[in-house]
Amino acid sequence: MASAIDTLRLTAEAAMGMIERGETSAEELHRAYLDAIAERDSEIHAYLKVVEECQGSGVPIAIKDVITTEGIETTAGSKILAGYVPVFDSTVAAKLKQAGLPALGKTNMDEFAMGSSTENSGYGPTRNPWDLERVPGGSSGGSAAAVAGGMAPWALGSDTGGSIKQPASLCGLVGLRPTYGTVSRYGIIAFASSLDQVGPITKTVRDCALLYRVIAGRDPLDSTTVELPTPVELPEARDLKGMRIGLPREMNEAEGITPGVKAEAEKAIELCRELGAEVEECSLPLSIEYGLACYYLIAPAEASSNLARFDGVRYGHRSKDATSLIDMYERSRDEGFGDEPKRRIMIGTYALSAGYYDAFYGQAQKVRTVIAREHAALFERFDLIVSPTSPTVAFKLGEKTHDPLAMYASDILTIPPNMAGLPGLSIPCGLSEGLPVGLQLTGPQFSENVLFRAAHALERALEFDFVPPRLKGESR
Amino acid sequence: MSSWEPVIGLEIHVQLKTRTKMFCRCETSFGLEPNTRTCPVCLSHPGALPVANAQAIEWTIKFGLAVGCKVAARALFARKNYFYQDLPKGYQISQFEAPLCVGGHLVVPGPEGEREIRLNRAHLEEDAAKTIHVGGVEGRIVGAEHSLVDFNRGGTPLMEIVTEPDIHSAEEAKRFLQLLRQTVVELGISDAEMEKGTLRCDANISVRPAGASELRTRCELKNMNSFNFIGRGIEAEIERQKKVYASGGEVKQETYDFDAASGTLTAHRSKEEAQDYRYFPEPDLVPYEPGPELIERLKAEIPESPGVRLARLESVLGYETALKLVMGGLDGLYEKLVGEGAEAKAVANVLMNELTAAGIEPAAVNPSELAKVIKERSNMQRAAFTDAIAASGTDSFAAIDFISRGAISDTSELEPLIERILAANPGQVEQYRGGKEGLLGFFVGQVMKETGGKANAKVVSELVRAKLCS
Amino acid sequence: MPISREEVLHVAKLARLALSEEEVERFQEQLNAILEAVGKVSELDLVDVPPTSHPLALVNVVDRDEPRPSLTLEQALANAPESEADAFRVPASG
Repeated sequence: MASAIDTLRLTAEAAMGMIERGETSAEELHRAYLDAIAERDSEIHAYLKVVEECQGSGVPIAIKDVITTEGIETTAGSKILAGYVPVFDSTVAAKLKQAGLPALGKTNMDEFAMGSSTENSGYGPTRNPWDLERVPGGSSGGSAAAVAGGMAPWALGSDTGGSIKQPASLCGLVGLRPTYGTVSRYGIIAFASSLDQVGPITKTVRDCALLYRVIAGRDPLDSTTVELPTPVELPEARDLKGMRIGLPREMNEAEGITPGVKAEAEKAIELCRELGAEVEECSLPLSIEYGLACYYLIAPAEASSNLARFDGVRYGHRSKDATSLIDMYERSRDEGFGDEPKRRIMIGTYALSAGYYDAFYGQAQKVRTVIAREHAALFERFDLIVSPTSPTVAFKLGEKTHDPLAMYASDILTIPPNMAGLPGLSIPCGLSEGLPVGLQLTGPQFSENVLFRAAHALERALEFDFVPPRLKGESR
Repeated sequence: MSSWEPVIGLEIHVQLKTRTKMFCRCETSFGLEPNTRTCPVCLSHPGALPVANAQAIEWTIKFGLAVGCKVAARALFARKNYFYQDLPKGYQISQFEAPLCVGGHLVVPGPEGEREIRLNRAHLEEDAAKTIHVGGVEGRIVGAEHSLVDFNRGGTPLMEIVTEPDIHSAEEAKRFLQLLRQTVVELGISDAEMEKGTLRCDANISVRPAGASELRTRCELKNMNSFNFIGRGIEAEIERQKKVYASGGEVKQETYDFDAASGTLTAHRSKEEAQDYRYFPEPDLVPYEPGPELIERLKAEIPESPGVRLARLESVLGYETALKLVMGGLDGLYEKLVGEGAEAKAVANVLMNELTAAGIEPAAVNPSELAKVIKERSNMQRAAFTDAIAASGTDSFAAIDFISRGAISDTSELEPLIERILAANPGQVEQYRGGKEGLLGFFVGQVMKETGGKANAKVVSELVRAKLCS
Repeated sequence: MPISREEVLHVAKLARLALSEEEVERFQEQLNAILEAVGKVSELDLVDVPPTSHPLALVNVVDRDEPRPSLTLEQALANAPESEADAFRVPASG
């Protein structure tokens, strides 16, 4: 029997209400999403693993496969971890359980979260529910596609250089990259430790705040976490009165921003004015100019070290042909890692090696200071800054796979605030070429509540429809 | 042949005796079933993160304060990247640019006077896992078919202490290490037993013509697992290098193992590519800034250093005896006994022999009572003295009970016995009277033997001397 | 500063990656392009700027020395590619 639940349109908050009012049960909801997965995921491929049994009393959730889940295979999109079944839960997974949120499954991603299209998955790409010829963005492309495709009410992703914000943007969803240190990284398979953060991908800003409330907080198992200075508030705002919004020139006029994206962002910014915000141009000259280079030194350097543990000794792929320990390492890693992790391991190893450290890694760490200072100075004048999230709408599969640098440039607008540990929210603000355009709101550290308020007011005014047109016929 | 001066620097690893590991809360252990004290962190499962052990950090700072190090205002952990089966993360969390302790020194007393050995640094890191090599000769790595890894030890806190190249003989290296060991044991931060591997030492050794200031190519000597082997190993390496230079050769930078059984050095195969550890600050941990309160608290807990005590005792007793007292934890009692007026050498003898043999805990002894016994030793029967020592660790111990226990001092009882012994040994009597006065001890000994040790030795010797002179 | 074939091989060795001949050639070209792009950071004169390792200025995050339960032996070895005698088995390092 077909389910009465419209998974394409149902928000997590609405689903929660339905459970509370007894209009549905957690099991029924879970089943409805499994049905949707069965119906659509063969062409979208958002999931690597589906959890058939409903374990929990709340709204089900899709979990990016970089997040360790006890007893559920966790691969980070890599062949090197094929068959790896964790014996422990990440703190985030444990918090979902405590909140009673049953897992729907583990979502596809660029291998070790390295990529911007989910084409770097060791298990095949994910397709964008808005257009199956296009990528959903990445690396949390599976999570974004699952939500956009009505195969999950909400999802968790992780963001290092833009891996939540960019796929949310490309799939017409809300994505929050939280302030570094507010969500535990314990059990999050590490890409770049000083940048990785887990965050929600949702249909609405309020869903985003609800999920952030579940996962945030200091974790004794992660030395880099802190308690939130103020509790998460569910936004109610209808206007932006008194809000001071900065428009960094370099981010809004960056090379590579398509005219369609620019136009939609400008419309949304105009709407901010209409909602009562004071909008003013400002500048982040060095952050945009040097952010990408800085990121592509620091992240690979940390990755080269973080990925050293995949050595075929305690878990993961081990080459069958090894004759000695070193041979075993070299073959296992060559066979297990895809191209992108190998490339980044090589860059990172090089950047840290004797004779190059100061010129590359050391210098990048100083650039990072410059980026943080530049942003901090802006936040003395502004409550938040705004720009497009991605310079383009969703691009075609295969369009950038042969040019790593072109792929890296997808993150040019999301990377600089990430380097400074700042929270960023992407909300859909319009369509270009029939595809979603995302607006990036960035605030100072711990300003999530401000971001939620502003984004919520804007969301109400924008009235963006998050159901992909090609699936509207299936929406009831 | 010209004379050569050895130049030696030591790198010492001390396993701290914390209850839990350095970066996870698995219990530290020794000799348990393999892989029963592990967790996602120390097995380096994907996503697991380190959390530093406060106790290990404090103890390292405490050591630093005890040896005059400068304690970092802001210490950092760093990743040291290399691959090995006993290193589950592919990097070791260690310290590189901002270690907890920098500088410091130990003053090592010796026969030629005190020598100050400077320390370069003391930092904190994690121990490697244990590997058993299967299929080779006696578990050795060479010829092994495969290896088995046990991660119980992996992640145990290690304090690494690096000296400057200030050591100039194998003997000095050994003394330095003994003193260092005593220091960490007394600080209560490590058992520091070489045999159990909780104290490990590598040496960097070079030689140069005496009087030169250049530093020549050095070799590293690893895996010396006792104080004796360290002395012998370093000696062997010094001799090897001297021979190389004497024959007109050049010393090549290499790493050697010392095989104590054969007394030989084996070079590690030098095929390995040059190491490049790619150190960088550990992003999973935050800096550590010890505050003034912590420093003050730790300073207050530090006992007087064994080096200072050793130096004080050495001037009276000589190095070896002083060292034994300090190492045995006996020097505190020694000083109290001497303070009570007992004679230094006699006290040292009693502590190192009778007291140790009787298994008495030095701290339990009432020094003023024991001092009385030692002072009266020559007036006491041997049995009474032995009994006194055996009782010296008890609360009710009173010297008077033993000193007054009747020794045979009665001359009327002793004189006939002495006369009989002299009569039975006419030859010795003749020799004594001919000037061989050392035979006095022989006659006294005979009397003691006849009385079963009960005679008062002092009275006996006076009587014997009087008889022989008459 | 173009990265030479020898450097590619050296870095691959440090990273324990047995690259195929095809990979060596492809990566040499790609790494050159990437390193040229990221080398941009050296344009800035940042002698007096301190490095940033952490986005947050946290210090002294430590844990008390109190044991917590370990994994069981079965859990520890559950994902091991090869085990023997309750330990992880690896090829000899020779």
